[in-house]
Amino acid sequence: MALLQIAEPGLSAAPHQHRLAVGIDLGTTNSLVATVRSGISTVLNDEEGNALLPSVVHFAADGEVLVGRAAQDEQSAYPHNTIVSVKRFMGRALADVGEVGNLPYRFVDAPGMLQLRTAAGIKSPVEISAEILKVLRTRAEQALGGELVGAVITVPAYFDDAQRQATKDAARLAGINVLRLLNEPTAAAIAYGLDNASEGVYAVYDLGGGTFDVSILRLSKGVFEVLSTNGDSALGGDDFDHRIYCWLLEKNSLSALPAPDIRTLLTHARVAKEQLTEHNEARITAMLSSGEVIDNVLSRAAFHEMTQNLVQRTLQALRRALRDAKLATGDVKGVVMVGGATRMPHIQQAIGEFFGQAPLNNLDPDKVVALGAAVQANVLAGNRGGDDWLLLDVIPLSLGLETMGGLVEKVIPRNSTIPSARAQEFTTYKDGQTAMSIHVLQGERELVSDCRSLAKFELRGIPPMVAGSARIRVTFQVDADGLLSVSAREMASGVESHITVKPSYGLSDEEITRMLKDSTQHARDDMQARALREQQTEAAQLLEAVDNALRQDGDALLDAAAQARIRSSMDAVRAVLDGGDHQAIKRAVEALNLATTEFAQRRMDQSVKHALAGHKLSELEG
Amino acid sequence: MQAIDFQQDFFSLFNLPRRFQIDTTALEQAYRDLQAQVHPDKFAHRSEAERRLSMQWATRVNEGYQALRDPLQRARYLLTLHGVDTQEESNTSMPTDFLMQQMEWREALEEAKQAKDGAVLEGLEQRVQHTVRELHQELARDLDDTHDYAAASGIVRKLKFLEKLAEEIGSAFDELDY
Repeated sequence: MALLQIAEPGLSAAPHQHRLAVGIDLGTTNSLVATVRSGISTVLNDEEGNALLPSVVHFAADGEVLVGRAAQDEQSAYPHNTIVSVKRFMGRALADVGEVGNLPYRFVDAPGMLQLRTAAGIKSPVEISAEILKVLRTRAEQALGGELVGAVITVPAYFDDAQRQATKDAARLAGINVLRLLNEPTAAAIAYGLDNASEGVYAVYDLGGGTFDVSILRLSKGVFEVLSTNGDSALGGDDFDHRIYCWLLEKNSLSALPAPDIRTLLTHARVAKEQLTEHNEARITAMLSSGEVIDNVLSRAAFHEMTQNLVQRTLQALRRALRDAKLATGDVKGVVMVGGATRMPHIQQAIGEFFGQAPLNNLDPDKVVALGAAVQANVLAGNRGGDDWLLLDVIPLSLGLETMGGLVEKVIPRNSTIPSARAQEFTTYKDGQTAMSIHVLQGERELVSDCRSLAKFELRGIPPMVAGSARIRVTFQVDADGLLSVSAREMASGVESHITVKPSYGLSDEEITRMLKDSTQHARDDMQARALREQQTEAAQLLEAVDNALRQDGDALLDAAAQARIRSSMDAVRAVLDGGDHQAIKRAVEALNLATTEFAQRRMDQSVKHALAGHKLSELEG
Repeated sequence: MQAIDFQQDFFSLFNLPRRFQIDTTALEQAYRDLQAQVHPDKFAHRSEAERRLSMQWATRVNEGYQALRDPLQRARYLLTLHGVDTQEESNTSMPTDFLMQQMEWREALEEAKQAKDGAVLEGLEQRVQHTVRELHQELARDLDDTHDYAAASGIVRKLKFLEKLAEEIGSAFDELDY
């Protein structure tokens, strides 16, 4: 008979298992995956030793999907079927994308978010991004030798709710559990902050392929506090390429090029831009499909002049961010540069002049975001390092509601620290009004038409009253990922309505499920096997968490009967854990969650009391 | 589930005396200590019940910090605790000299916007900030010493005007760039 094992008091029964978690920088131009190994954040390379995966996806007519360099090779030959910079289309409608005419794609307008027609059918930007994420997930699982617990995926700080939700959906489609969406500049600051451990105010200037972000952060005593953020989710390195492309059209009196030529010239433009970082001029030679040969020389000075107003736009965002943080350029101790586009000399120079100090370039600007995301993923997965630190991030854009006259009433102002909630009361406009339309908007402008519509829903069943006497309380809650949910309640009758804001493009859970099914060959079996595994993992983690909690605080906070109730719920989970019934596991997990609610509350109260008594977290968790 | 004691006021949440004049360093420290305990990042790998609680707590702590950090918000909050309505929507009557001053400043703002004159904007911003600081001192007297809540409400209404003006000066600065 096997002997029962008893652990030493205060020690985990099982040696603490290292949970595999990664940080993913899903970039406009390139994507990366990084992880923390032996305490050091490292980027994971592919089999050929490349860290950067070009964010390019090729759909072949036979259904084959190529991602990265292999897809890049198909770019000029199959421009319609080879999608570059798909990030620019995430959560965007056709009308939001400015330069549609110059892009070699066959766009399909769809409510909320555009789609693209490819040889493999119509694809949403979410599905295309998921292809990139799948490759990174496979790369990570092969390198780490196991299944991922989850990932932190970075998004531009200036991404709105629709763009964030689209990113989360893409991860889900790629079978990745999102531990957190993290703002890119914040991730970069984490990568720098932990290396250099410097206190003070930092600015992060993040010019990516398709997005621009600036964040002002304060680092002190292990706390990263984002003070303000600003930017432009439609400005990036691609725009610099595009200026060169337009210059080529003008120089050669070209118009209305066929798609392969557009792709060819844009590629040459990018190469020329990169050459101008090292050289004073770049020669561009290309042959168009008509046989016409293009041969132009672009000087650095001319390039700088044609892109000067793009640089100026980034400086404006910097000024606004400083103003929101109530700081001046002199308060900033260091400027962190992120994104390959910041290598351009005139950007380095403009930032140097703006702040009166040379920007920080000691970490590779292409990798710094992924490195920081990996550090955060490691913490969120529960692989606590020696240092305990805390990240306080903000929402980039104000959230509000439509009121009479097409005006927006702000409910949560931009740069509010998340998670955040705010309730505001509204009233009826007409006598006997029994329903109210709640229109949720995001943006800084006063008119509804100038802000982004996130969602509309209705509160029905308001008891008929005189106009102005109903009291409708609308509550906005933004979670730690920066995602919003809204509820409305009529205070007298208690009529209530709630939505998790699914952006207007409305990828419903059913659609995601359909896409998930489409994306796997043996859809049903895979899905069920995956659901079971996920459920088992979650249950095992919960058991470990509750077990630890009981060992630490069980005797102090609960009487014997309460402990026994929790233990019996734990046994119920253990009893079904290894069976094949994921529904049974789910029910048992829910029951255990319910059984531990009161205990969790008491532990939290205890933690809060200790915090105010000046104790440190480590003493409590010891 | 009554997760959090919402009856507890923000001053006691941060372990501060219920006053307008507070030790802002102590507030910051308490805020960080609390978030270090309750923030969702500390609970990402915990049970669902704990994750939910953590979000509610962190939200509450952020809300409290927001309410106490900014002097105008803090004054409003104190007055609410004393059951005083600041009548910011309903009471629009203002002392004549204050209104005259406002009109003068608004004209100066419009002119500076037209002329795209950053120096004038800066001068204006400084004068507004100076007045704001003076009003904060008055608030400290009315709220902490004389407990004259009606007078304090009047100052809150003035400060609301000035906050709006400061915002407009801010966006005028932004427009200088275009």
